Amino acid sequence: MQKVSPLRVAPRAVWWGVASIPLGFLAIYVAWPSAALLWRAMFGDALADTASTLSARTLGEVTATTLGLATAGTITALLCGLAAAWALYRLRWPGAGFVRILLSIPFALPTIVVAIAYSRLIAPDGLLSATGSLAPWIAIAAALAVFNVAVVMRVVGGAWAALDPALVNVARTLGASRFQAWWHVTMPALRPAIAGAAALVFLFCSTSFAIVLVLGGTRISTLETEIWFQVNIWLDLRAAALLAVVQIVTVVGAVLVSSHVRKRSERKVSTLTSEGTRPAQPRDTVMVALALLPALVLVLAPTVALIEGAFTGPSGWTLAYVSGLISSEIPAGLSVPIWQATLHSLEAAALATAIAVPLGLALAWSTAHSRKPATLEAVVLMPVGVSAVIVGLGLLLTLASGAWGPGWADPRWLIPAAQAVIALPLVARSVTPTLRRISPQIRASAATLGAGPWAQWKEIDWPAARRPLAASVGLAAAVSLGEFGATAFLARPDHPTLPTVVFRMLSRPGAESLGTAFAATLLLAVVTGIAIAIGEMIRGRTRSDI
Amino acid sequence: MKTTPIWGAATALALTLSSCSAAVDTTTVTVITHDAWAMSTDAITAFEEESGYTLEFLAPGDAGTLVSQLILTADNPLGDVVYGVDNTFASRATNAGIFEPYESETEGTFADVGGFPGLTAIDYSYVCINADTGYFTSHDVPLPRSLEDLTKPEYAGLLSVTNPATSSPGLAFLLATVASQGDEWPAYWEALVANEVRVTSSWSETYFTDFSAPNYGGDYPLVLSYASSPPFEVIDGEATTVALLDTCFTQVEYAGVLAGTDNPDGAQAVIDWMRSQEFQQELPTQMYVYPISRDVDLPEEWASHAPAPTAPFTLDPQVIDENRADLIARWNSIVLD
Repeated sequence: MQKVSPLRVAPRAVWWGVASIPLGFLAIYVAWPSAALLWRAMFGDALADTASTLSARTLGEVTATTLGLATAGTITALLCGLAAAWALYRLRWPGAGFVRILLSIPFALPTIVVAIAYSRLIAPDGLLSATGSLAPWIAIAAALAVFNVAVVMRVVGGAWAALDPALVNVARTLGASRFQAWWHVTMPALRPAIAGAAALVFLFCSTSFAIVLVLGGTRISTLETEIWFQVNIWLDLRAAALLAVVQIVTVVGAVLVSSHVRKRSERKVSTLTSEGTRPAQPRDTVMVALALLPALVLVLAPTVALIEGAFTGPSGWTLAYVSGLISSEIPAGLSVPIWQATLHSLEAAALATAIAVPLGLALAWSTAHSRKPATLEAVVLMPVGVSAVIVGLGLLLTLASGAWGPGWADPRWLIPAAQAVIALPLVARSVTPTLRRISPQIRASAATLGAGPWAQWKEIDWPAARRPLAASVGLAAAVSLGEFGATAFLARPDHPTLPTVVFRMLSRPGAESLGTAFAATLLLAVVTGIAIAIGEMIRGRTRSDI
Repeated sequence: MKTTPIWGAATALALTLSSCSAAVDTTTVTVITHDAWAMSTDAITAFEEESGYTLEFLAPGDAGTLVSQLILTADNPLGDVVYGVDNTFASRATNAGIFEPYESETEGTFADVGGFPGLTAIDYSYVCINADTGYFTSHDVPLPRSLEDLTKPEYAGLLSVTNPATSSPGLAFLLATVASQGDEWPAYWEALVANEVRVTSSWSETYFTDFSAPNYGGDYPLVLSYASSPPFEVIDGEATTVALLDTCFTQVEYAGVLAGTDNPDGAQAVIDWMRSQEFQQELPTQMYVYPISRDVDLPEEWASHAPAPTAPFTLDPQVIDENRADLIARWNSIVLD
C-alpha cells in the first residue's frame, strides 16, 4: 500500500473517445437546457408581473436553510447508511440480501407519498409533536435521510465488501483494539467512498422539493422551493436564475470538499479485488441488530403507513385497492388500466438504466483516468445538484420544443433520457472509488508487458468495476422508476407511469382514490424491489468469478 | 408545431437538423393540458376517427405552472391547443400574447359562468369549504355558513386550507376572501390565523390527511375542497360531508389556440370537440368538474349531493392578474411569517 500521484496511462485519444460519450450526453440533456434557460432569464424579456420579491435577506435565508437541512439529512443518512453497510455488505447472513433490497426501495417512492406518511408524525397527536416547533425540521431531515440511506449503503457497501480484511487483521495482530483498527485502517480506506456518497446525498437533499414543501407546511423555503415559486408564481426568471446560480455554487462547493477529503485519504492498493465479506457468527447478532435498527426504523415508518393505506378502506380491511391494480378496469381519472401504467414505467426505467449504466461506467473510467478528477466529478454531479425546475423548463425550451427536430422531442426517448441523467451520477459514483484505488504501477507493468488500453481495461479495470457496477444497476433502475422531477414537465397524460397514477389519484377526492394511490405506491415499491433484486443477482453471480 | 430554433448558440446546428424535419404535419394535433387532465380513451378515439386528426397530449404541470411554461415557450410553442387555463391565470396568459383568439360557436346551451375574450370556456368548478357533518352533529355545534363564521371561537382550530402560492384551490379561496371582504381581507386572514387556521401545501394533504370525514379520519372537520367533493364521501347512500355553499369561488377552465401553431384548423376542431356533448358528459367523472354545457345530465350522485352555490364569489380575471402577486405576497406575510 502506498500513496502515488495519479498517473494517466490511457492515451489521450482513447480517453477523449471514452469520455466524450457520457459528457456529450450530459451536455445535451443537462448543460444545454440549463444554460438555455439561464440565458433566456438573463437576456430575454423580463416576464415578471412585479418587481422581484427576492431580497438579499430572503436569498441569504433560503441558502442557509438549504445548507442546514441538507447537512442534517446527509449526516442522518450517513450514520444510518454506514452502520447498515457494515451489517449488510461486510457480513454474509441469510436474509441480508432481503434487507438490502428493503432499505433501497424508498429511493423510488414518490416523495409526495413519503412526505404525507411522515406528516402524520408531526400532526398534533403525532410522535414528533413533543418537539414543538422543531418537529418539521426533524421530520424533513428524517424524510430526506429515508431516500438516501440506500445511496450511502450501496456506494460505501460496495467499497467495503471489496476491502481486504487482511489489513484489519494485521492491525489487530499488532495490538490495535477493534475500534482502533476500524478508525485507523477501515475508515481511511473507506473515506473516498464515504466522501463520494456524502456529496451525492448532500446534493439530493439540497434539491429536494416535495418533502420540504409538505413537511415544512410551506413555511420553510429552500433554494429549490424558492426557484419553483419564482418561476411558477412570480414568473420571475431572473430571480430563479440567481437562485439556480447559488445552487450550482453549492454543488461545486460540496464537490470540492468531497474531493479534498478523498484526495487526502486516497491510497492505492496493488491488489485488484479481494473478498472482504465473511459469514456472520452468532456473536455478531447484537451488533448487526444495532447497526440495522436506525435505518430500518427510518424506512419502515413510512412503509407501514403505506401498507396500512393500501389495505384499509372506510369499513376496515380490504383487498379492493390492491386487486384494482391488476384489474382491466380503468379507474376514473386515468386513461389506461394501472397494469398498463406499470408497463410504461418498466419500459422507461429499462431504457433509462440501459443508458445510465454504460455511460456511468464510461464516466467512472474517465474520472479514474483523469488528471483533473475533481472537475469531472463536479460535472458528474451537476444533474443531481441543478434544480429539476431549471432542467425541466430548459428541456421544454430546447429539445421538447423541437429545436432539434421531432425525433429529439419524442417523449418516448426524452423521458428515459432525462431519467438516465439522474441515474448516471449514481452509477459513476458507485464505480469510481474502486477504479481509483487500483495502483498505477499495475497499469504501468501491464503496459510494459504490452497490454494496450483495451487489454488493460479487460484485465484490470473491468474485474474491479464489475461488482460495484452491478450493485448500482438496481439503484439506477430504482431512481428511474420513481423520478418525478424534470420528467414531470414532460408528462404524457395519455401515457401515464406509476408515479403519474399516484399523483393523479391524490388529486381526486374519495376513499377509493386514496386507497388506489397507496396501492399503486406499494406496487411501485414492489416493482422497485424486484428491479433491485435483479441487480443483486447479477452482483451475486459476478462474485464467484472474481 | 413550429420547429424554428431560437437559441443563438445552437442555431447553426439546430437549423440544419430542424430544416430536415420541418415538413408540416397537419394530421397530428398536440394538446397541452394541466396535470389533472383525464378523458376516456373511447371519447378520444371517437374524435380521432370522426375528424381524421391524431391527438397527442403533454401535461407540463398544474394550472399555474402550465401558464408559466406556455409563456416561456411562446417563441416555439409546445403544441397547437391548450386546455386548462383557468380564470385565475387567464389574463397572465392572454396578456403575454400566447393565444390566437378563437371562441368556439358550437350549438347548444351553455352555462354563463364567465367568458374570456379569445378563449372558450369548457368547464367550471366551485372551490368551497367542506364540512364533516358528523363532527358538528356529535359536538352539537351548528355548521358554519359564511366566511365570517369561520373566524368565530366555536370553529377555532377546525379549519385546514391550502397555500395560495402552491395550490390552485388555495388561490381561489384567497380570492373568495378578497371578493367578499374587499380591502378588509388582510384583517379577515388575521382573524383566521388567530382562530388557528392550518395551512398545507397541497389539496391532497388538506383533504386526505387533515379531513376528519369518516373516509380519512384526520383532525380537521372543515377543509378547503370543491362543491363537487361530497358525492365522493357518500357511504351506504348517506352523505357524510357537505360543501358550505356561501364560501365558494368559481373557477372556470378555458381552452385556446396557441399562437404560432401551424395547425389552427386542427386546434379549433379540438376546442369544438371539447364543447360537444360526448366530451362534456364525461367531465364530471373524468375530471370532476361541472360541464359548461347545459344539455348534458349530471351524474345522479352529483344531482343529489353536489348542489351548486347560488351566489358564488367571483373576481374579474384582469383584476386577479393585476393583483395576484401582491395578494400572495401579502398573504404570506400575514399567515406564514
